[in-house]
Amino acid sequence: MGLIQKSRIKSPWILHFDNSSCNGCDIEILACLTPLYDVERFGMVNMGNPKHADVLLITGSVNRRTARVLKNLYEQVPDPKIVIAVGTCASSGGVFHNCYNVLGGVDKVIPVDVYIPGCAARPEAIIDGVVLALQKLANLRGDKK
Amino acid sequence: MINQLITIIVALIVAPLIGGLLFGFDRKITARLQGRYGPPIIQPFYDFFKLLGKERIAVSKLQFIWIYGYLIFMVVSLVFLVLKLDFLLLVFLLGFAGVCFVLGAFSTKSPYAHFGANRELLQILAYEPVLLFLALGIYAKNGSFLINEIFKQDKPLLFTLWPLFIAVLVVLTIKMRKSPFDISTSHHAHQEIVRGTITEYSGPYYALIQLVEWYELVLLLGIIALFWANPLWVGILIALGTFILELLIDNIAARMTARWMVRLSWSVGLILGIINIAYLYLTKGVA
Repeated sequence: MGLIQKSRIKSPWILHFDNSSCNGCDIEILACLTPLYDVERFGMVNMGNPKHADVLLITGSVNRRTARVLKNLYEQVPDPKIVIAVGTCASSGGVFHNCYNVLGGVDKVIPVDVYIPGCAARPEAIIDGVVLALQKLANLRGDKK
Repeated sequence: MINQLITIIVALIVAPLIGGLLFGFDRKITARLQGRYGPPIIQPFYDFFKLLGKERIAVSKLQFIWIYGYLIFMVVSLVFLVLKLDFLLLVFLLGFAGVCFVLGAFSTKSPYAHFGANRELLQILAYEPVLLFLALGIYAKNGSFLINEIFKQDKPLLFTLWPLFIAVLVVLTIKMRKSPFDISTSHHAHQEIVRGTITEYSGPYYALIQLVEWYELVLLLGIIALFWANPLWVGILIALGTFILELLIDNIAARMTARWMVRLSWSVGLILGIINIAYLYLTKGVA
């Protein structure tokens, strides 16, 4: 494994985006950053800037309003990137799947690499999901056109 | 000549290694102070190599010229320090580096970068006069701007220039862009101006910014070490002590406004500097 591949696994920077979540999953994502779970020991940092991020953590089902924003954010993240759908709503639309304004899960708009189930997804499950995604991230090529 | 060349090459290779390790140490200490375990101490190098492997995204043509300018000016001022050349020129080169950083942010269209650039200009306004006063203080003490002259003196600068030393501590906090002066790049408050000046840099170019930050940290700690240049190891210990002091200040202080920063730096830094230099001239007589 090359130096850059190893570094990719060791330093995933996270961008968190809330589509139309009830904030349950968002609180669990923030819980990962607290001293109890402390994901920074794996090099994970919560970024506020899509241009510095590697991993997109997306919560909530996609509606017609947020689909545009989500696509925009996805395009701003430089390759290689990984998309993780956190929680039941982000994975499939959840209880909102047949609402008139809801398109469904995140995979209706952008390609998703890892689905994390749960309502809300537990911090342990989120950390597991990110670690799973990193195996994939390491093998992606940088200058993918 | 060959000796100088070797010194330059060694400095250019060793400085980022030390700078990166110091940043890793910073993250570890910060985590421990917050009751967390923290990333490994070589985490900044992982971040650096990961960023090198990312896609290049260009948002403006000029941005890259300014970022290379930032790197080159910073490296040249480090070379001035290790070759023990003119301190006044070093201060000006450091100023040019800061201006390149600001212009790089202004060359993009992002309002967050513009916000950060305006605040970075205020930071330059806050620290640049203090550094100039330090150069004047060194001249008043030694009768020369040459760093080489500092190394020839038996008595350390700290005894006569201790008010300026306190002022330079404020400058170090401003230059490291840490709390309470975490203003232009907002390391922690991403919801305020995203990443400020460095918002529009991504991938390898962001790695370059980190490289310059490592050089900058080593350069500033080197300037602090000059206060006790003979023997130098005492100076290096003082520099490391101030670095740990900065980490403590970063963790116990809240972020302040840019205006407060300028007020503090000008009131404390400039007054201490003026008193220091005036005292030197009064006791020694005007040269």
